[in-house]
Amino acid sequence: MELKDLYYSIPLIIIAAGILLELVIEMFVSNAKKILPILTFFILLIAGYYSLFTINQKIGIDGINGIFNGMMNIGGRAHLFYFLFNFGGALLVLISLNYIRKIEIDLGEYYILLLSSILGMMFIAGARSLVMIFIGLEQMSICFYILAGFRRKNMLSNEASLKYFLLGSFATGFLVYGLALIFGSVGSLMLFDLYSNALQLAKNPLFLIGILLFLVGFTFKIAAFPFHLWAPDVYEGAPTSVSAFMATLGKAAAFSALLLIMPGVTSIGANNVFLQILGVISVLSMMYGSIVAIVQSDFKRMLAYSSIAHAGYMIIGLASGNVNGTSGIIFYLTAYTFMNIGAFGIIALLENSEGSFLKIENYRGLASRSPMLAGLMAVFLFALSGLPPFAGFFGKYYIFYAAIQSNQVWLALFGVLSSVISVYFYLRVIVLMYFSEPADDAPIGELSQSGLMAIGAALVLVIALGVMPGSLIELINLLN
Amino acid sequence: MENHLLSILLAIPLVGAALILFLPKDKESLIRWTGFVVTIVAFLVSLFVLYKFKPAFPLFQMIDQMLWINTLHTYYAVGIDGISLPLVILTTFLMPLTMISSWKSIKKKVREFTFFMLLLEVGMIGVFISLDMFLFYIFWEFMLIPMYFIIGIWGGEQRIYASLKFFIYTMAGSLLMLVAIIFIGFYATEKLGYFTTLVTHFYTIGPELPVTISRWLFLAFTISFAIKVPLFPFHTWLPDAHVQAPTAGSVILAGVLLKMGTYGMIRFSIPIFPESAKYFAPYVSALAVIGIIYGALVAMVQKDMKKLVAYSSVAHLGFVVLGIFSFTVEGMQGAVLQMVNHGLSTGALFLLVGIVYERTHTREISEYGGIAKITPVFSTLFLIVCLSSIGLPGLNGFIGEFLILLGAFQSAVLGSWAFSIIASSGVIFAAVYLLWMYQRVVFGPVKNEKLLKLKDVTVLEFSIISIIVLFIVWIGVYPTTFLNWSDATVTNYIMKSLRQIGGIVN
Repeated sequence: MELKDLYYSIPLIIIAAGILLELVIEMFVSNAKKILPILTFFILLIAGYYSLFTINQKIGIDGINGIFNGMMNIGGRAHLFYFLFNFGGALLVLISLNYIRKIEIDLGEYYILLLSSILGMMFIAGARSLVMIFIGLEQMSICFYILAGFRRKNMLSNEASLKYFLLGSFATGFLVYGLALIFGSVGSLMLFDLYSNALQLAKNPLFLIGILLFLVGFTFKIAAFPFHLWAPDVYEGAPTSVSAFMATLGKAAAFSALLLIMPGVTSIGANNVFLQILGVISVLSMMYGSIVAIVQSDFKRMLAYSSIAHAGYMIIGLASGNVNGTSGIIFYLTAYTFMNIGAFGIIALLENSEGSFLKIENYRGLASRSPMLAGLMAVFLFALSGLPPFAGFFGKYYIFYAAIQSNQVWLALFGVLSSVISVYFYLRVIVLMYFSEPADDAPIGELSQSGLMAIGAALVLVIALGVMPGSLIELINLLN
Repeated sequence: MENHLLSILLAIPLVGAALILFLPKDKESLIRWTGFVVTIVAFLVSLFVLYKFKPAFPLFQMIDQMLWINTLHTYYAVGIDGISLPLVILTTFLMPLTMISSWKSIKKKVREFTFFMLLLEVGMIGVFISLDMFLFYIFWEFMLIPMYFIIGIWGGEQRIYASLKFFIYTMAGSLLMLVAIIFIGFYATEKLGYFTTLVTHFYTIGPELPVTISRWLFLAFTISFAIKVPLFPFHTWLPDAHVQAPTAGSVILAGVLLKMGTYGMIRFSIPIFPESAKYFAPYVSALAVIGIIYGALVAMVQKDMKKLVAYSSVAHLGFVVLGIFSFTVEGMQGAVLQMVNHGLSTGALFLLVGIVYERTHTREISEYGGIAKITPVFSTLFLIVCLSSIGLPGLNGFIGEFLILLGAFQSAVLGSWAFSIIASSGVIFAAVYLLWMYQRVVFGPVKNEKLLKLKDVTVLEFSIISIIVLFIVWIGVYPTTFLNWSDATVTNYIMKSLRQIGGIVN
């Protein structure tokens, strides 16, 4: 390790130092509950913007360098993900601020766990070694297990936590086994060795099984068919702000790991079997998610199934096996993160400790009770269903573009089919909000200002990314 | 300035819509006036576009082009030619009229209504002037959102079902088109070296596509447009949407939205896939003719006036499609004119049905009878509009349908008189169902006591309808004014298409 490694890892250090600082504050300062959210927000914002501004200082892309003895990448795509995690995290802090107070889980640990899991995500996105991926993933997941069960007195929350923990550990088992097989066949933990020897490794059955097990582990984390079963229960039971966190940033982090390994494996002609496997996974995820979402009555469950479908769209990008697929996934992840932060954020804003506004039925006539929230929700739902001119549309466009470029028109066609089906359940909420009379006319109480700010920021991004998608796509392509 | 004229036209309703959001919710008349003034300004600007338009120039003009998404070579490109010009004017012309007509009928959520109407206008103008497929697609899809809300919030009893059906039907079709657009864009990569969605590039790339691929892509495009038209058998969303929509929604739906389908066929289906268009022309025309007869027969037995008018749209649009796929100058000219005619006549019919519905709250034909003496002015206007829809010589419908039938009759591509002959019988059916409806509503004894108190049209309503009637008569008596707009464009268009399919230029 050299001294300049520390300089290059400033975003990581900011977060890590923040965690330690917050631990101390939590223990010794009396009004820690007031300080911690603000501190966390600024830590994330500073780390996020620092990552964005230093996005061009590429270290480790050439395969020789990297910091910490070649364990981590700096700059480029890693920093883009850092920005996404940190900025998304900052918005979620704003949403959590009032929410955890409302549902009485206002504990300092909440923010510390949030920061820790974001640090784990950053380890994954910046990894140059299989070990870093694993450490990052575990750090992220363990924080998730705890956060999911944060409402200790709530049965659903406990169930979510336990279910996620048991199934997650099981998936991790597969993952570790896979990593071991990959390590055994490559002879090194460094991703660079994997890329450079991929041609020979393609003939090694152990390596292929290793990748397959790796895929099992991560299909679980991104909640794609057939390892999606945890998602609806966990999203439903976990506190809404935590569901939002897992659905957006958790998924983005898992995708960043897939993007580190899969393109290296699928770019070789001989390994086309993985393209086919990914294609099948994506089609099944899209169709299953969209169809099952139709019959849901719980809003968060519906969003969980929709997130399964969205994972499917993004896997099309992997299954295309080209550079545009990768760019498409990163764009889609960014768009998806802000669309979902918006939708979950509004639920969090409306929900109270008795669990109001968790059922879709509760949104009946929202447009006359709170025109602003209904309007915002409508925009996010239209964006999620992929209608122009919102970000979700361009995400899909680019993903389909990648699929057609690699002559996999069938993936685009299934994507189209799933989009049409998914319109139905997104519109169902809009029908209730706008076309039905409210069940009770009780005005919506005071809304959290900070939460509204976060949702406003998400709205601006969802529209800006839809109207001017060029800037982000250019940036992503530049970093490839 | 002149270069950006179309962009300004597009921006006016968009800025207006944004403005509406900032007006206080309870100042309803301020909101209504703002909406009305915005649409009037848009209409005036479109008249300026007409003034600057050079009818003799057969290609796109007033092009405003700007690179939008660098990596995809996607442009913000707008332009206008003799085919889109009449439709743009029709849109901006109908908008202020519907705005005034909904002054009384829309009572709840005025701000939202005005907002969605203005957004709708952005989408409609955008569809007609886009010169990049990506941009076109964005407007095409985006327009669903305001229309969905207009049907869903201010519609009738079954509005939720109708709006959902409308939305999902249209989206299913258009997403297939999206895949086709990307596909052609990649095919362009082989020829031009870069991905593109510019319409002008598609015109050069499309005809070179391998035959099988071209057939599939033609279908993807044309089915998407056929749903919008709606061509038989894709029409089932239309009666629901029309009947449930509020009057303003129906007028815009029939007046402008349906034309997007036929416009898409003219603008994209034929020039991009001329060979496939020729191959499929008899089939599409057969569907159009079936639609003409089917629409007329179903319209005949309707009990609800609005539903009757809705089914008459299926029949009328069948004529337009027949004209388009005749590949003759007359047929195409007739189609373009008939699109405008249908917008005027059917728009006026919906307005008139809306006027009596507001007073009696029923659209059942059997509830009416003998209102000729009670509301003479209304009955006169109603008669003129019905006759124009039937295609009485001297009124607009006749010119359009005559040109279309003439085109279809001599069409080498269709190769049979049968289309024209069977379609002509549709004109007779139209006379039957419209005049029969008119007779039952207006003549005969007064069946219903309530009708005795029926008030005749107000000055405002009279002026709205008579402006439309003015144009109905104008087109009927001196169509040259309007045919001149599109003459050069259509002639050039047909010559080019016939060259591409190897037909004889007659």
